[in-house]
Amino acid sequence: MTLTNEQILAQLAEKMPGSALSSEIARDGILNIHTTREQIIDLLQLLRDDEQFGFNFLTTLCAIHYPDNTGQELALVYHLHNWQQNVRIRLKVFLPIDDPTVPTATGLWPTANWMERQEYDFFGVVFTGHPDLRRILNVDDMEVFPMRKEYRLEDGTRTDKDDRFFGRDGHVGQSFD
Amino acid sequence: MQVQSYFSSLDSLDGELATLNLGPTHPATHGIFQNVLKMDGERIVSAEPTIGYIHRAFEKIAEHRPYYQVTPLTDRLNYCSSPINNMGWHMTVEKLIGCELPKRAEYMRVIIMELSRIADHLVCNTVIGVDTGALTGFTYMFQERERIYELFEEVCGSRLTTNIGRIGGMERDFTPTFHKKLKDFLKTFPARFEEFTGLLERNRIFMDRCIGAGPIAAERAMAYGFTGPNLRAAGVDYDVRVMSPYSSYGDFEFDIPVGIHGDTYDRFVVRQEEIRQSLRIIHQAYNNLPEGEYHADVPDYYLPDKPDVYTKMEALIYHFKVVMAEVPVPVGEVYHSVEGGNGELGFYLISDGGRQPYRLHFRRPCFIFYQAYPEMIRGSMLSDAILTMSSMNVIAGELDA
Repeated sequence: MTLTNEQILAQLAEKMPGSALSSEIARDGILNIHTTREQIIDLLQLLRDDEQFGFNFLTTLCAIHYPDNTGQELALVYHLHNWQQNVRIRLKVFLPIDDPTVPTATGLWPTANWMERQEYDFFGVVFTGHPDLRRILNVDDMEVFPMRKEYRLEDGTRTDKDDRFFGRDGHVGQSFD
Repeated sequence: MQVQSYFSSLDSLDGELATLNLGPTHPATHGIFQNVLKMDGERIVSAEPTIGYIHRAFEKIAEHRPYYQVTPLTDRLNYCSSPINNMGWHMTVEKLIGCELPKRAEYMRVIIMELSRIADHLVCNTVIGVDTGALTGFTYMFQERERIYELFEEVCGSRLTTNIGRIGGMERDFTPTFHKKLKDFLKTFPARFEEFTGLLERNRIFMDRCIGAGPIAAERAMAYGFTGPNLRAAGVDYDVRVMSPYSSYGDFEFDIPVGIHGDTYDRFVVRQEEIRQSLRIIHQAYNNLPEGEYHADVPDYYLPDKPDVYTKMEALIYHFKVVMAEVPVPVGEVYHSVEGGNGELGFYLISDGGRQPYRLHFRRPCFIFYQAYPEMIRGSMLSDAILTMSSMNVIAGELDA
């Protein structure tokens, strides 16, 4: 019998009450669970090691910047995959941009090492306890975290393709440039 | 065993360790990879990879391009099998907009994707041959790869960075020349491929060189996020085409080859067998190619026929809207993955309804498995490290994004 999204939520409420702040089913049918940075590692471990969950594989990890989401500007998304029953879930942790720290998952999956370095490099998420948190794809002496929305791609003064001229309310970094 | 006894004697080293820069630009590294090695004579004590030499900020650029202009970015990830990346991206957008493709378009995609897989595996396996000192197979097989590129050229006009297909289907139907060339390829390729196989697969020198080089155990490979042939060589039969079938892969009969030891030889043999399985899939898809349209009826995303644009008002409007990306895109997030040449290639797309992705994250298999490289070559000879790297098929474009 396949693990359904409802079963995941019910079992989660039983085994780790309070860990799922909220949840939704995304457009692709994958369950998104929102949690806190205090609980994320315990939750990942439970989902990996508990036989009924069996999310053995960390597919990928990425950060997202929502500049307008005051106090929760950065989101970290963990994609987990249960290979036996072929079920995927996503865990989301929201972090304030002036204190973007979250414990590392390298203790659970060695593959988290470079994934976390990448998100540190581009978004400045600090993974506490990471064995080697350095920039990975950008140059070492770069001073900004370039994937944050305030950094435009090219010339920031160019206005000819501004979203406003297309009847949309864009914000910084959201127009073509 | 050998490795273990080597490290237990490491404390009693009396000589000095040498530091060796392997790369970033060296013919044996097949791309811009730097590894700072600590060497004890010929043996590697530790390795420190530096990556990012061809980082081109694709995730950032993608946030500033309309959906159809992201396709050429995906070309440049794993450029040995660009069509798989292109189509993975198209399928991601199709999942977001909820677009169903006609069977014919899906079968056409399967044919193209399996041809790219053959091309990708041919590069990897022939290069393993080159690194063991056998250049002949490489020169033979590159002629075959050239024929695959001619097939791509017939469909989309380009060869390496293909930009093949469109959101909603294929850009054009297979041309008569494509049919002729594909039939010819399917007829003559297997014999030539088996010739290559005969040169290496049971060759004593080649086997002695590859067996036991750069092994990784199944559990370790999974913990390191391995997917694709490198994982299957370690004995785990995870394949996205079977696990979460896309583009009608469920219609075809094929096997997933697995290895045992996860070493260079197993990786080589797994890729060899995958080429044969890809041929099987192409035969099935081509012989059962359904009649019908080669694209879905989604005028909001798929460009109208060019003659119509010149003669029909409606087509002109749609053409303008598609090109200017003034098309409705639903708000939401989707993850879609395809079996790329090197494993699970995933696209995590977040749309806020705007003309370009709000965030697009690529799950690049090369980036994820390359971090196991230092562990895999620890205690081995330098020449085995070169061989391990080529058999992992690390593609710089996909590694650095």
